[in-house]
Amino acid sequence: MADGNSDQIGGEVRPNIQLPIYLDYQATTPLDPRVLDAMMPYFTGKFGNPHSRSHSYGWDAEEAVEASREQVAKLIGADPREIIFTSGATESNNLAIKGVALFNKDRRNEIVTVVTEHKCVLDTCRHLEQEGFKVTYLTVKTNGLIDLDELRAAVNDKTVLVSVMAVNNEIGVIQPIAEIAKIAHEKGALFHTDAAQAAGKIPLDVNAMGIDLMSISGHKIYGPKGIGALYVRRKPRVRLVAQMNGGGQERGMRSGTLSPALCVGIGEACRIAREEMAAEAVRLDALAHRFHDKVKAKLPDVFLNGDETQRIPGNLNLSFAYVEGESLIMGIKDLAVSSGSACTSASLEPSYVLRALGVEEELAHTSIRFGFGRFTTEAEIDYAAETIIARVSKLREMSPLWEMVQDGIDIKSIQWADH
Amino acid sequence: MAYSEKLVDHYENPRNVGSFDKGDDSVGTGLVGAPACGDVMKLQIKVSPEGLIEDAKFKTFGCGSAIASSSLVTEWVKGKSLDEAATIKNTDIAQHLALPPVKIHCSVLAEDAIKAAIADYKAKHGQS
Repeated sequence: MADGNSDQIGGEVRPNIQLPIYLDYQATTPLDPRVLDAMMPYFTGKFGNPHSRSHSYGWDAEEAVEASREQVAKLIGADPREIIFTSGATESNNLAIKGVALFNKDRRNEIVTVVTEHKCVLDTCRHLEQEGFKVTYLTVKTNGLIDLDELRAAVNDKTVLVSVMAVNNEIGVIQPIAEIAKIAHEKGALFHTDAAQAAGKIPLDVNAMGIDLMSISGHKIYGPKGIGALYVRRKPRVRLVAQMNGGGQERGMRSGTLSPALCVGIGEACRIAREEMAAEAVRLDALAHRFHDKVKAKLPDVFLNGDETQRIPGNLNLSFAYVEGESLIMGIKDLAVSSGSACTSASLEPSYVLRALGVEEELAHTSIRFGFGRFTTEAEIDYAAETIIARVSKLREMSPLWEMVQDGIDIKSIQWADH
Repeated sequence: MAYSEKLVDHYENPRNVGSFDKGDDSVGTGLVGAPACGDVMKLQIKVSPEGLIEDAKFKTFGCGSAIASSSLVTEWVKGKSLDEAATIKNTDIAQHLALPPVKIHCSVLAEDAIKAAIADYKAKHGQS
């Protein structure tokens, strides 16, 4: 079956599809071959240290790094001097939140964020709570978006930073960033957004949207792993305490020798994203709809998690009622997807993001995140849809819950055991 | 997570999937677990007039380990008396399928399911 040459589903021979089909583009993306081409010279011939000032090896490397900085800046409407290279979005989020909080700690000591943020934001905030900061975790509505009135009530003149992700990594919903920034600024707070899932997917403009700090990841946009960027506004200047001390690189905000190859990689990835974003969004939207329509046509009781319209086109988080997510993933080995539920970890808890949406636990246990991207084809979409339909049908045939529902029994009326 | 061949076989080719008529006097039904914890097992036994389990069926909502555990149990109980079937231990199930530690609860649930089915049958027949 997994020979990658041809495959049979229902007696039909399939064209070349490489198995398993990669549908986990929110976890990471493959390097775009154009990005690799741009990076290659900087591993061997042009290997200089960009901080060397006394010879051409250093100058060439520096020139490449600065050209890349400009590409990153252009993607989000920033000035190149506002871009700090980091090791990835996790480091960018740490630097932004800890850096701003610690710099201003004598003046303001409250932070506002959201329960559905990525773990690296939540964990950073937890750490700051131990350091004496007060953190407010906003809840989300059933569509995954925050309530702006709740935000307004949470921000006050002690708030130093509001940090809200632009696009959620599990359910793909887009938060109203510009409105959030405005509310933060009304009270004199700064606004940071984790844009790891948003940059290169939706248009972002730091000035039009009032963003003071923004985290970007290289490997979510077909660039290399191990590099990210943090946008830090210059006018008015946002100041932060460096989390990495050393030679004072990156304007003193992040010491350490830069990797020109990785910088070139994220720069080229940003350039391609800027030029192709609009066309890619249309293509991904069509692919996602094709997949969703096929699945819905054959399977009842499939629910989309997160807002239907305020979302990036490359993400569908679906709950297949009456089927358990982990057993579904086990049955679709031809598809590289991830479960909304964290059942594969020792916790056996459903996703905290879906729970925050108020998705019932039994449905949260049945969800799968499908991520489509630059290299996803229509043939892959069709194969994936058929695979899902076949496996969900099979598992429902052996699901006691499905049987009860077919018999007209209300599952909620049953006295289930404690858990 | 790497699963044993036996587990994968039971998941891919589950034995004895289905249902008996709950109202049938010769049938005992056990329904254990809860949807909110991601595991529900329904296990049914059909008992001969001589008191032997002549057939068993299951339906399970749960992970691959839960499906395999219940499938295995339906195989094991067939031909056994109620007392013999009641001696099936979750540790035997876990060992046979080489369940990883985080999946031990699936075998516990399967043991609970067979016990519940036996209890249901006995209750129907006025036995304790």
